[in-house]
Amino acid sequence: MNSSEAAPGASVEPRSTPVIEFRSVQYRLPDGNTLLNNLDLRIERGETMVLLGRSGAGKTTALKLINRLLEPSAGAVRVGGRSTLDWDAIELRRHIGYVIQETGLFPHYTVEQNVSVTPRLNGWDRAQTRRRAEDLLALVGLASYAYLGRYPHELSGGQRQRVGLARALAADPPILLMDEPFGALDPLTRMEVRQEFSDLQKRLHKTVVIVTHDVAEAVELGTRIALLEAGELRGVYAAREFLRSDEPLAAAFVAQIRALEPGGAS
Amino acid sequence: MSLAGYFARNGGEILQATAEHLWLTVITMLLAISIGIPLGIIVARRPKLSKYILGSANIAETIPSLALFGFLLPLPWLGARGDRIAIAALTLYALLPIIRNTATGILSVDPAVREAALGMGMTEGQILRRVEMPLAFPTILAGIRVATVWTIGIATIAAAVGAGGLGEYIFRGLAMVNNNVILAGAIPAAVRALLADLLLGLLERRMRPERRKARPRRIASPNAGMGAAAALILVAFASATFLAGCGGSRADTVVVGSKNFPEQALLGEILAQDIEAHTHLRVVRKFYLAGTFICQQALLSGRIDTYVEYTGTALAAVLKDPIDHDPADVYSQVKQQYQRRFKLAVFPPLGFNNTFAIVIRGADARRLHLKTISEAAKYTPQWRAGFGYEFMGRPDGYAGFVRTYGLKFAGQPKILDLGLLYRALLDHEVDLVAGNSTDGLLSARDLTVLQDDKHYFPPYQAVPIVRDETLARYPELRAAIDALAGKISDAEMQKMNYEVVAQHRDITRVARQFLQSNGLG
Repeated sequence: MNSSEAAPGASVEPRSTPVIEFRSVQYRLPDGNTLLNNLDLRIERGETMVLLGRSGAGKTTALKLINRLLEPSAGAVRVGGRSTLDWDAIELRRHIGYVIQETGLFPHYTVEQNVSVTPRLNGWDRAQTRRRAEDLLALVGLASYAYLGRYPHELSGGQRQRVGLARALAADPPILLMDEPFGALDPLTRMEVRQEFSDLQKRLHKTVVIVTHDVAEAVELGTRIALLEAGELRGVYAAREFLRSDEPLAAAFVAQIRALEPGGAS
Repeated sequence: MSLAGYFARNGGEILQATAEHLWLTVITMLLAISIGIPLGIIVARRPKLSKYILGSANIAETIPSLALFGFLLPLPWLGARGDRIAIAALTLYALLPIIRNTATGILSVDPAVREAALGMGMTEGQILRRVEMPLAFPTILAGIRVATVWTIGIATIAAAVGAGGLGEYIFRGLAMVNNNVILAGAIPAAVRALLADLLLGLLERRMRPERRKARPRRIASPNAGMGAAAALILVAFASATFLAGCGGSRADTVVVGSKNFPEQALLGEILAQDIEAHTHLRVVRKFYLAGTFICQQALLSGRIDTYVEYTGTALAAVLKDPIDHDPADVYSQVKQQYQRRFKLAVFPPLGFNNTFAIVIRGADARRLHLKTISEAAKYTPQWRAGFGYEFMGRPDGYAGFVRTYGLKFAGQPKILDLGLLYRALLDHEVDLVAGNSTDGLLSARDLTVLQDDKHYFPPYQAVPIVRDETLARYPELRAAIDALAGKISDAEMQKMNYEVVAQHRDITRVARQFLQSNGLG
């Protein structure tokens, strides 16, 4: 509800028109099951919004509504001031980088070809595309020449995740959506890649939306944290205040998630 | 003659048959691929349509190949040429594995990969072309591989409709009870099937993404393999068409057909050599067509110009007129009806009468003192019978035969190919068969023909039949074919059949010898 966002949201001042805005968004499955109910959320330019919650909270649904992999059953999702339904879906998606947990790297493409997909779709020439691929791989810490020609199955999980990120950044999209981007990695690699991403984000200033169930991750990466449960938004918090928040709801969530994820909040 | 010797002596002809066979397979596969892959994509995309498409393909798969060839024969453009019929039927068979594997390949692409592609802003078409098809390709290739091996196998049956190819040897060999001839068709076909399976299998394994290895700066498109496959197919196609093209044009050419047993091939060869000796015309031989129906259809459609038919068969099986027992009546009736209804000219009889012969093992005949069919009637309830397809279906065949003599058999008669009848009888698989009175094996093996003491079987005089159109174009044919009238006696025919079937003598030589000794060569 509006009120649930208003109180905690007051601690972070909205800067300008939001880049992404959910207006009373509802998402229902054809079988009538409601996955997301009455979501109101504004995501500002350059901030990293973390959608935090347990499985089935509606985080991924919310994310997919942004690049119109799903369409709202009621209400509107606005990107750049326009409802996603008014966008050409293809144009909208090329405007938004998308990283998923399994990375979805194309197994029949080399690393270079994977990273080059969006630039090629946008009609870049060969030389330009190759330079971009090299720059991007350097950006995600895979500078070595040897990686360009490898196939995804020849990479480690962490390397695949970095390539997935590089691919999402390829066309320099102003918005980046990440669905459990580090979820499939072992704890050490996860912390390493997360740190890299955090440093990267300081330089790139993208508007980022990250879905996670990991409280530590949320706190480390997020500018703000939106807490979701059972398809409802339960509050939006500034990341640095989240763990110390004495709001009963947030504290309960933190405790709950900490209990479920022993390694998550260390 | 040894198998190697047979291959050595008939190398050129076997090569030609292999080229025809290759041509059939390549055209079929190109058609099946270009129809099957789009259908497979539709099946993957539209689950509602999938049951209709897969259902139809499944049904096509269950139709026996000979029946399918038969269905296609009367069709206007398709039925006009044997290779068209064969290609249409083979394509129908090849579709199912290609459709199924295309759909399976697309549907088994990792949903995360599809979602990533969609999320990156690829259109449906781009996802299909750049992601789904390349990833499905190894699976599609596996389907193509299965279809190719099937097609190579089934294509041998295409010889039954005069499409040529290696199957001609298999049919001829079965008809001649000659293993060398069967193997001359079967070995190259099997080798081709194995080779195709091996090559496509290699290509398929190479295309699996997990088999790919990093190559520095690999810029070549992932479709290079597909390109190579296409190139390979095209080269094979080009060479096959070239080889098949050596067949020459149809100008000043007469096509002689025959049914699928040695006597027919011999008569076809005699007719062919006779035409070659008396006219300037080139003769193309399309022998071993699978039966009367197919020969008649081939004649009507102009796929062949002439073949030798038997008057009784023409009357009962083609004209479907009531059975008549007077040879002269039957002949004039057939001649008039053929002229009026089909515009086909029936020439004077060649001399011999090839009636059905009811045959049992000589040992049984001696032991039970059997000479006539009537005498055998009390033993037949303990006997198994073997008959050809035509005998079972014809009005002058099985039904009237058992009614006239009041026969019963142990179980349903076994339906056998003409070439397998005597083998089955000699192997004690059956105890009584209906063969032909001029069969060479009758004198070569210990077999006894039971007399048709109730004169059930109508006369079957051999008569050349020629298209009016062909006669109008090449009037010199008339004199050439008339010269054969009355020249082949029953004994002469049996002797020639014996030479071909029992002694494995080459049909060409037997025919030449006959023509020369009769002053016709």
